[in-house]
Amino acid sequence: MSPVTTPKSAPFGVGLLKGAAVTLKHLFRPAVTQQYPHERPDLAPRTRGVIALMDENCTVCMLCSRACPDWCIYIDSHKETVPPAKEGGRARTRNVLDRFAIDFALCMYCGICVDVCPFDALWWSPEFEYAEYDIDGLLHEMDRLREWMDTVPPPPPLDSGADAPAEVADAIAAKQKELDAARDAADAAASEAEAKTDEGGDSSKPAAKSAGSGKPNVADVHVEGAGEQLDQEVYDSLIAEGKSERMARAKAKAAWVRAQKQKQLDEDSDGGDA
Amino acid sequence: MTDLASSEKVVPGNAPAEDVVFEVMGDADFDTAEMSLSIGPAHPATHGVLRVVLDMDGERIRHARPVIGYMHRGFEKLAEYRDFAQIMALTNRHDWLSGFGNELGVALAAEKMMEMEVPERAQWIRMLIAEWNRILNHLMFVGSYALELGGITPMFYAFREREDIQFLLESATGGRLHFTYNQPGGVKIDLPHGFMKESVELSATVRKRLPDYVDLVLGNEIFQGRTKGIGALPPEVALAYGVSGPTLQATGVPEDSRVTEPYLKYGEIDVRVPTGDNGDSFDRFAVLLGRIEASLDIIDQVHDHMPAGPVNSKLPKIVKAPEGFAYVRTENPLGQLGYWLESDGSKNPWRFKMRTPSFSNVQTLPWLLRGQLMPDAVAILGSVFFVVGDVDR
Amino acid sequence: MTTILTLPLAQQASVLDVGNFALSAVFKIGVVLVMFMVISLVGGYLEHKAMGHMQARTGPMEAGPHGTLQLVADGIKFVQKEDVIPRNADKWVFAAAPGVALVPAMLGFYVLPLGPGVWAADLELGLFYALAIGSIGVLGILMGGWASANKFSLIGGLRAAAQLIAYELPLILAAAAVGIQAGSLSLVDIVDAQMTMQVFGTPITMWFIIPQLLGFVIFFIAAMAELSRPPFDMPIADSELVFGYMTEYTGIKFAMYLLTEYGGMVFMSGLMVVLYLGGWQILPGVDMPEGTWGALLGVGVTLGKIMLLIFVIVWARVAYPRLREDQLQKISWLILIPLSLLNIVIVALGKVLL
Repeated sequence: MSPVTTPKSAPFGVGLLKGAAVTLKHLFRPAVTQQYPHERPDLAPRTRGVIALMDENCTVCMLCSRACPDWCIYIDSHKETVPPAKEGGRARTRNVLDRFAIDFALCMYCGICVDVCPFDALWWSPEFEYAEYDIDGLLHEMDRLREWMDTVPPPPPLDSGADAPAEVADAIAAKQKELDAARDAADAAASEAEAKTDEGGDSSKPAAKSAGSGKPNVADVHVEGAGEQLDQEVYDSLIAEGKSERMARAKAKAAWVRAQKQKQLDEDSDGGDA
Repeated sequence: MTDLASSEKVVPGNAPAEDVVFEVMGDADFDTAEMSLSIGPAHPATHGVLRVVLDMDGERIRHARPVIGYMHRGFEKLAEYRDFAQIMALTNRHDWLSGFGNELGVALAAEKMMEMEVPERAQWIRMLIAEWNRILNHLMFVGSYALELGGITPMFYAFREREDIQFLLESATGGRLHFTYNQPGGVKIDLPHGFMKESVELSATVRKRLPDYVDLVLGNEIFQGRTKGIGALPPEVALAYGVSGPTLQATGVPEDSRVTEPYLKYGEIDVRVPTGDNGDSFDRFAVLLGRIEASLDIIDQVHDHMPAGPVNSKLPKIVKAPEGFAYVRTENPLGQLGYWLESDGSKNPWRFKMRTPSFSNVQTLPWLLRGQLMPDAVAILGSVFFVVGDVDR
Repeated sequence: MTTILTLPLAQQASVLDVGNFALSAVFKIGVVLVMFMVISLVGGYLEHKAMGHMQARTGPMEAGPHGTLQLVADGIKFVQKEDVIPRNADKWVFAAAPGVALVPAMLGFYVLPLGPGVWAADLELGLFYALAIGSIGVLGILMGGWASANKFSLIGGLRAAAQLIAYELPLILAAAAVGIQAGSLSLVDIVDAQMTMQVFGTPITMWFIIPQLLGFVIFFIAAMAELSRPPFDMPIADSELVFGYMTEYTGIKFAMYLLTEYGGMVFMSGLMVVLYLGGWQILPGVDMPEGTWGALLGVGVTLGKIMLLIFVIVWARVAYPRLREDQLQKISWLILIPLSLLNIVIVALGKVLL
């Protein structure tokens, strides 16, 4: 038997005295009772108190309703057609959520619906004070579920040994990739500038300067009138080829912008050189 | 204590005809012979709705027959129409005091069938929470057994500890009793910041409070007078009935699935299995306290070993187990829990059979109660630890 | 006036024996009622709070500031409950039983001295009266168990009766030892004896608890068993659901049984204070001031000691599980009675030799 929990054999009466001593000891310690209506419990952020719905995120995919072991989620929706954004476009259809109700009398607070929702529409909230006198009152509709979103706390930070959450990990990876790309571009430009310097000598200091600072980024050049002006030649040639008017127009506009940017860059570099 | 060889064999179903049946609550004794008394389904001495029909001969119990099924909810049938996540949410509820242990078994069975690799960190986290769950379960029985014998105080101390532990587990899993934290391949989400520190502190606190139970209950002469020598179960009888867990360990058999068939990472740490000498009610209670201490030791070892890393792997949208079957045994707080999972390739199992520890433990009641006096019957009923939801599923 | 109207067995007049008979009767009735009703409630409140804090919780907090009015609220609750009498019950016996249990418990306070001169009556047979009238209460329990038409109440009642009878003997024997040492059965004389008794040859006075510690322990245990207090509450809680002989009672009758229990607690504690703990004396050897202040201080000291003993009774309830019926009987017959006889022998020898 384990050391702590084996009672040592003692003369008769010692056990009774020890028991009395334990209870007396507790008399002088503070009580652990929380006087409930006056003091509220401080619940953990992950506490499964009630399910809140962010209906803006819901696309009525019905995954939660299907995953519920008790079938306590009632969803109604209808399809709406959205007129095309531009003339000649295709009309879109959209699912509109009419009714999202959870019957908390049936709900067993398992959380499968919250786990399964791909759009983060369902959230757990530690709110627990929603008792009703009538069991029918436990069927809560979309508006009440949306109100409970205000009580959803931010997720707690994870333990130090934990992997970063997927969203955070992806964001970090993307930023890292961006930084790596920028560094690679800088290295490439530097080596190119060195090559140019070897060739051109000192007179091309401004060029070296501009080259050293890297090729001027095409994307940084600002062109007035992008989106309205179009390159007429490109447009006519594309129409002649048989492309649709919309596509021809788009490509012509892009060509015009490209030409403008190149013109500006040439002017800048010429100006710089001269 | 009657000798097994010399007494008549007690076979369920051979109870004498009940010509006079008093459906009454409470235990009482009559000085008339051939009286059949029912400790009816709703009775505080039994943990839940268990009915025990007693044939009395004056003060002595001639024959006791437990009548189960009042809490049958059809788990195994329900499971045939639910997928794995849903089954895990439901199995939290059959032995409601050991929710995590139940879902762990299902997760292990699913992983065995799908041959999934579980990340290291997930296994250690599972062990940590499983051991805290074990302590929760045992503390509950520590409190309630003393209450049945008339000691009203240990219940409050046990529940104070339980509250602290439940608060800790709520911060990680979201639930205090039904955790739904496992998934096939790991756990759902990692532990929150501050959990490990809390767990270390709480383990020290609970350990510091254990001697109070020894002083107040185990060492108490009145308690010893009520439980020593009462309801002694020999190891052969226990093994014949398939008893497991603290009831078996109290008879002296150190059978524990964490040691004999290690799962998760139990093979890599020291697991101590306290055993008793006589198998009487006193030993069963003492083994319970011993197991709490052993679980605290395991928790401390897990704190040292906890690695960093992921806690789950990405699951397909619909989790399907390949055709075949798997049987997984785990050491639930009340005994050995087995899940037989047979799949036909779809997302719902073809057959889900649960071998629950309380079902086997309750079978010993006719043997234990025979020949006992009425007041001892209550002491024995409380000491064979079972949860009726586990018996009936 | 006074010579005709005081009881023939009375000895010392109390402070309440004012000239007018009716007025002094009113005062005495008032003392008895206050002791029985109000002090029991205070004792009950002490039990709730002490039990709560020993169990790491607060006890009642809502009814009144810090729950002081909890038992008053309980009383109001009991009064407004429906009075149910089982169809097969023996109506008159059923209705009378709580009264038969309660009135003797109340009447015990008639002889209990609370302070110097503060008592309702000082009977020459005070101790005898107190113990005898407590025994009548057993009848009320038996009546309640029998009249309930419920076999479990009957069994509970019989068990309770067996327990109470078994523990009467140690109680009486231990009290008899005190009577021997004091040389009188009058409770006031016993207190006086503790205030004036001197250890052989020395001017030190001491309370009877010191030479009769064994007797005190026996009396304490027997008193707890008489009151059916845990750890001796098998008759009430043997089924852990029904309340033994009190099962079929509702409302005010049930409250009367409970009040009997608390009143009995106060009474037994009061007896122990008077018999062993020096009555109204603050400390052994310290003289009490004269006059009204002395009387008030004495009453305060007595009540304080009573509350202390009630605390110990509650402490025993909190810390210990229940004894089984046969263990209970064994303790009484095989342990307590021989020890109490031994106690009498020791005291008698001491009285004769010293």
